[in-house]
Amino acid sequence: MSALAPSLRLPVVGLARLTALRARPSTVLALGFVGLVVVAAVAPGVLTDRSPTAIDFPSALAAPSWSHPFGTDEVGRDLLTRVIHGARLSLGIGLGATALAMSIAIVLGFAAALAGGIVDTLITRVLEVAFAFPALLLALLLIAIFGPSATTQVIAVGIGSAPGYARMVRGQVLNVRQAGYIEAAAALGHGRWTVIRRHLFPNAMRPLVAVVTLGVGQSIVWASSLAFLGLGIAPPNPEWGALLDAGRLYITTSWWLEILPGLVIVVFAVSVTTLGRTLQRRLEGAGR
Amino acid sequence: MSIVDDRNDTDGAVAVTAATAATAAPAEPGAAGAAPPPVPLLHVEGLRVSFAGTEVVKGISFTAYAGRCLAIVGESGSGKSVTARTVVGLTGAGSEVSVDRLELGDRDLSGLGERQWRRIRGKEVGFVLQDALVSLDQLRKVGHEVAEPLAVHGVGDRRARAAKAIELLESVGVPEPEVRAAQRPYELSGGLRQRALIASAIALDPPLVIADEPTTALDVTVGAQVLDLLAASKSRGTSIILISHDLAVVARLADDVAVMKGGEIVEHGPVEDILRNPQHAYTKALLDAVPSEHTRGTHLVRPADGEEKTVRSRRPVDRGRPLIEARHLVKAFRGPDGKDREVVRDVSFEVFSGETLGIVGESGSGKTTTARIALALTPPTSGEVLLRGEPWSALGLRQRRPARSRIGVVYQDPLSSFDPRWSVDRILADALSRGPRPPANATEARRRSLELLEQVGLGHGHLTSAPLRLSGGQRQRVAIARALAPEPELIVCDEPVSALDVSVQAQVLDLLTDLQDELGVTYLFISHDLGVIHHMCDRILVMKDGEVVESGGADEVFDRPRHPYTQQLLTALPRLEVAR
Amino acid sequence: MKLAFRLLSVVAVLIAAASVTFFAQLMVPGDRATTILNLQNGREQEWTASELGPVNEKFGFDNPLVVQYLHYVGGLFRGDLGTSYTQYQSVNSVIGAQIVPSLVLTASALVVAWALAIGVTLLTVKRGRFVTGLGSGWETFAASLPTYWVGVVLLVVLAVKVPIFPVIGGSGAWGTVLPVLTLAIPLAGFLGQVTRDEFDKVLDQPFVTTARTRGMGDTAVRLRHGLRHAVLPGITLSGWALGALVSGAVIAENIYGRPGIGQVLVTAVNTRDVPTVSGIVLVVAGVYVVANVLVDISYAVVDPRLRSHSRLATA
Repeated sequence: MSALAPSLRLPVVGLARLTALRARPSTVLALGFVGLVVVAAVAPGVLTDRSPTAIDFPSALAAPSWSHPFGTDEVGRDLLTRVIHGARLSLGIGLGATALAMSIAIVLGFAAALAGGIVDTLITRVLEVAFAFPALLLALLLIAIFGPSATTQVIAVGIGSAPGYARMVRGQVLNVRQAGYIEAAAALGHGRWTVIRRHLFPNAMRPLVAVVTLGVGQSIVWASSLAFLGLGIAPPNPEWGALLDAGRLYITTSWWLEILPGLVIVVFAVSVTTLGRTLQRRLEGAGR
Repeated sequence: MSIVDDRNDTDGAVAVTAATAATAAPAEPGAAGAAPPPVPLLHVEGLRVSFAGTEVVKGISFTAYAGRCLAIVGESGSGKSVTARTVVGLTGAGSEVSVDRLELGDRDLSGLGERQWRRIRGKEVGFVLQDALVSLDQLRKVGHEVAEPLAVHGVGDRRARAAKAIELLESVGVPEPEVRAAQRPYELSGGLRQRALIASAIALDPPLVIADEPTTALDVTVGAQVLDLLAASKSRGTSIILISHDLAVVARLADDVAVMKGGEIVEHGPVEDILRNPQHAYTKALLDAVPSEHTRGTHLVRPADGEEKTVRSRRPVDRGRPLIEARHLVKAFRGPDGKDREVVRDVSFEVFSGETLGIVGESGSGKTTTARIALALTPPTSGEVLLRGEPWSALGLRQRRPARSRIGVVYQDPLSSFDPRWSVDRILADALSRGPRPPANATEARRRSLELLEQVGLGHGHLTSAPLRLSGGQRQRVAIARALAPEPELIVCDEPVSALDVSVQAQVLDLLTDLQDELGVTYLFISHDLGVIHHMCDRILVMKDGEVVESGGADEVFDRPRHPYTQQLLTALPRLEVAR
Repeated sequence: MKLAFRLLSVVAVLIAAASVTFFAQLMVPGDRATTILNLQNGREQEWTASELGPVNEKFGFDNPLVVQYLHYVGGLFRGDLGTSYTQYQSVNSVIGAQIVPSLVLTASALVVAWALAIGVTLLTVKRGRFVTGLGSGWETFAASLPTYWVGVVLLVVLAVKVPIFPVIGGSGAWGTVLPVLTLAIPLAGFLGQVTRDEFDKVLDQPFVTTARTRGMGDTAVRLRHGLRHAVLPGITLSGWALGALVSGAVIAENIYGRPGIGQVLVTAVNTRDVPTVSGIVLVVAGVYVVANVLVDISYAVVDPRLRSHSRLATA
């Protein structure tokens, strides 16, 4: 607790301002937590002055207490400190996977929707085949081929979730293409690429901002699921998934090793979902 | 029919007149002298409804009589639909209702609990909503929907109800009722669906039927049949409350009229009085605003001081070479069954510089597709469009692009035709840049945008607005400004006023005619509304099922229709016979 | 006609999926025979040509790629999924022994999830601010829960701290309860969200108002008019949900030590036994695709509009 105290001030000021802007309390809380995680990822030292690798055998497997809010692991390392230091890699994997998935999705989705005809048919078929594989299984197949590592995790989760996004992008583009303002722009005599660049692309991308937000949370959950199965980053690393993997041995005796890092992931996922939904509402409110 | 408006703080003088009319009203129904005095059925006094602290119905009173139809007329936001729903206790969540007196027959409805209300609904009061496609459950059979009031009120067993449903469908003139009862609502045409909805409302033969915009979603001919159906029900002694925005529909069915505005009844009385001798300024404006053959060549909105409507000063039409000429247009679309379906068949017309050519037709007549071909937004399957005698539809995409500014377009739904990220200044600057004199810099673009806004009756303040924040009429004005920006010779107006309230519609139509008189623009004007078409157009094409069935000068077509379909349309058209 | 086309496209998708798994096997870095010998002997080393020869011959690695491909796909048509690298037995027998408990788990979870989702939405949609908030809050929370966390919490709470259920589940009925709940809770949250959104919209539809003007009570309106419309989007997503369930099953089986393809799969991935992984992935894909066809059919049962040809009229 003492380690957390000084750092909490930073986000708290921001929270007060947001409340003044009459955001919903749940949105404010969510933003606060995501802010904390980002701080942990960028500068873990701000949140804790302990070392994530400091071994302390006498206090091994200690249950959560004031001095160790999340308890300690089998060699006495402070779990909260490890969670804070693991944020960078976890967030990195989540962002990386989402970025990869969205890049693939945007290219495929736009190509299919704009080109139409045989290109559309081809891409739609490919997506259909990709859909035949549940995301986790596709990821497992990739890990079986390339072996477990952070990079494989990013690629596996990214490729696993790309088809869903691609279908969404395609639908979104087709939807926007039907919009009255696209025809109105054509009626004014604008060229095809001008219309795409000025109207179609930005309007089709708009709702995806919310989707990307949701996606980061989902990616972290997926990546940690792989790690939980022992197919992610190997344990001494404090990455969240790796913590889960390490804790499984002690599940019947030291529940906190498994449940608390998991809880951090859950709260992060819920926060990101809340933010994504807020964003979605705002975008729908502003546009149409 | 008696209405006591107890809140006349704004229009004192008019309210007095209205109150006098009200006292006279009950005597009026027996105008012929022989008919017995009407029996009052529903009494409403001092009804107030508010949502979240905002009062939307402000203490209104009215009475509905057995065997008569009371029409509550008003534009959107007048509180007419809320009033209708409150009468059956379905005002909605978050509402506050207070009423001095609410009686149905000798029954006091004020302060009823939900359980007691349920015994009233369907049995004592039938309710018909606007669009039967969404007002009937799509996943259930028509027969079940029609018989649902019977089931709800525990009348008869399953078999008896099924038989009754068929009987009801037959009574509202649904052909092959057995077949229809087994179908689902989406398998029926709009008219049959609306009949089924009415059959359901009268299933338990309620003494009062409330119809909320029952014909609004329907084509003219079908709407007329539905009105006849309600009239038949009325003649059997049912009391009908008709909620409508359309004075012409009201004229066809109502005996008494209450005009609502901003939650208050501003005027009420027998239908003849209201239509022929309106007292309240709003009623007058509303009647003035209805476009028809009588309003041709004049403005619809009376000037603030003037008694008489101002007359248009037309520019001469150049009958030389046509501005735009369509030759034997055919458009076929591939249907889901793989067969080609022709939605436009051999349509030819010409539009001369400075005139307005109207295309009128019901939904599915091919009028919008014809407009899109004229705009070269969709290529014709065969046939050709010429612009000033030069090829237009036959041009390649690239060659046509620079010439696109010669034809502008105004759509029915202006909001969807604006990029949601753009504000008015950007929309206009973009349109200006496509014209023959693109603005050299931002200052000039701004200056000319302001000129355009002024031309369409908007102010400086609207320049930076987002269209979403504007009202429907203002949006349509922006759309017109955008169409004018590139200085087009022709503007295609595709149902430009169909989504607007009648008073706003009047303003927009006046704007369009003014622009024509000032700038000499030519219009290709598409509408389903015969009144609007007659008011606006010099010459008319009547379309049906993709074909032009009749064409000619507006008066010629309207006064001496030759084609049976045109004759049918005109008979079905509810008209306002207003003495002027 | 339409069904035939549908079936044809299912076969096409499966062949494409099989091609993907075949090429996946080729993509493993390094020589495959070496990999196999390394796996079987548990060490990393170079092997001589005479040691590699029999392996290459047994697995057919000497043949041209096209032959290998045709052999693989041809085998699939006869129901042969290939040979495991590690266990020297056919992938068929590896999967066959394990698939039934996995199917039982996922199917029960789908049923339980739907029951939970419908129950919660029926009780909490448009029931005043507090109750509605409670319902949608639960759904948002449950939908965001990762399977492994639900599993671990249930295990710790209901098997370790309060020993109601066994820690190592086995495939018995009692041991199936926690794995099913583990899968069902997040899915119920997800289906609940979708159903709630739709329910919320449906209850504002004119036809619901019409039903109320006929004197119908709230409960009857919800059951007779609302529910059927509200479950439609959820049903569409049930096909997708099956994929999520299969993924979740892998995790749940792992947590509870429950027999099933999940266990085999994780072991195979760990040992990089690509044929086994491919085989399982392919079988799951097959089940998944067939399940999606079934979902489409059940959709048409609930929504008769899809059965009719005059569907255009509703657009």
